[in-house]
Amino acid sequence: MTVGGVRAAARIVARDDGRGGTSLPVLAGDGPLALRRTRGSGAEARVMLVGAMSGPLGGDHFSVAADVESGARLLVGSAAATIALPGQDKGGARYDVRLSVADGGELRWLPEQLISAKGSDLCVTTQVEVGATGRLVLREEQVLGRVGEEPGRLAGRLSVRVGGRLVLDQELVCGAGAPGGWDGAAGLAGHRAVGQLLVVRPEFAEQPMTARVLGESAALMPLAGPAALVTAVATDALRLRRVLDAALATFD
Amino acid sequence: MSRAALLVLADGRFPAGGHAHSGGAEAAVRAGRITGAASLEDFCRGRLHTAGLVAASLAAAAAAGVDALSLDAAADARTPSPALRVAARKLGRQLMRAARATWPSEELDALARAFPKGAHQPVVLGVVARAAGLGASDAAYCAVYESVSGAASATVRLLSLDPFDATGVLARLAPELDRVADRAVESARRVAGEGVDALPAASAPLLEIGAEVHAGWPVRLFAS
Repeated sequence: MTVGGVRAAARIVARDDGRGGTSLPVLAGDGPLALRRTRGSGAEARVMLVGAMSGPLGGDHFSVAADVESGARLLVGSAAATIALPGQDKGGARYDVRLSVADGGELRWLPEQLISAKGSDLCVTTQVEVGATGRLVLREEQVLGRVGEEPGRLAGRLSVRVGGRLVLDQELVCGAGAPGGWDGAAGLAGHRAVGQLLVVRPEFAEQPMTARVLGESAALMPLAGPAALVTAVATDALRLRRVLDAALATFD
Repeated sequence: MSRAALLVLADGRFPAGGHAHSGGAEAAVRAGRITGAASLEDFCRGRLHTAGLVAASLAAAAAAGVDALSLDAAADARTPSPALRVAARKLGRQLMRAARATWPSEELDALARAFPKGAHQPVVLGVVARAAGLGASDAAYCAVYESVSGAASATVRLLSLDPFDATGVLARLAPELDRVADRAVESARRVAGEGVDALPAASAPLLEIGAEVHAGWPVRLFAS
């Protein structure tokens, strides 16, 4: 009998090295959450999250924390999609992400997709604190089931504070066992990929983005604060990524 | 507490402007996602468990006396679509006008002063419920019912759907309305200890995207 699943934690601290670059005084991961520093560009340090095991499985509890200090620039990606799988433990799995960006810091958080496999039950929480002059690009993509597979239950809550003020608090629950109507005309309407791109920039306080529709199934929306959100649904992961990549390009 | 006051407030004929909004049904009908009673029911059920739950929780918390400014900020953060934020404030302002004439109260006057352009409708609804002598559960019931009834009656007009079928949808959803209202009241109760983050933040992607698509149309039957 397994009691509980795997507990794993990863932590990154990015610091302005004073020579125009970013150092990583803390870069620690264990078990299924391994971290690798890769070649950065300019002032930006790059880290890849490398899955050393499959999962999370039922009962597992993963947590990742990244702190970008004042003036530092960090990009975090992942080597492959994360697949939520059922485990021997009947309980659900948890994945907690805590990100902070200090004033003058910049974080680009661009992991690969999260795929909900049949029978899995995963709850993801992402809490982000950005300083009033911090910058953030955050992408989240959820894929319901591998090819032709029914999804498990996937619950995600994303909350973002900028300068101490809540600008986004959003929860999405879908798949087997989610409250009714999640796949209806108000929710996903048969789409199997859903994603968000959040961009926080201090200049949006003075000049917010203009709301814009990106096709029939995506929209760019200025939030009540110095941030903009792109929400998109698509038939599959590839099409979703195309929409989010095109949206990201419009911010530059 | 007057049971009849709840009927006055929840009546679709209460002059608060709700009839001009489709709750996203117009966009969903045009996109071919609502085509009849079955897809309307799925749409309403999705709305109920997301926007409906959030609105009911905000209304219940406001009715319980939680600070309206913090609830309004929580509503903003839970409404990424600017079209939906505008619609919610417009509806809040209209409800405020009707309610101040119906149940004059110092709390309503203070809320109107704090939000000259309108607070989010569910927050106003909660404060109106207080002014009408109603409680958190009553406010939650008003909000959950509104979250589906507006879309159902709009679909009758948009699709020439049989009104009996639309009412049948609402009747079938009734047990779920009860459960969502209960959950809303429970979460509103937790705000006292945990702050407004304890309120649900359930979202429906196509409601938000559809609201933005709808706002861009040059001609439309409903305001949202």
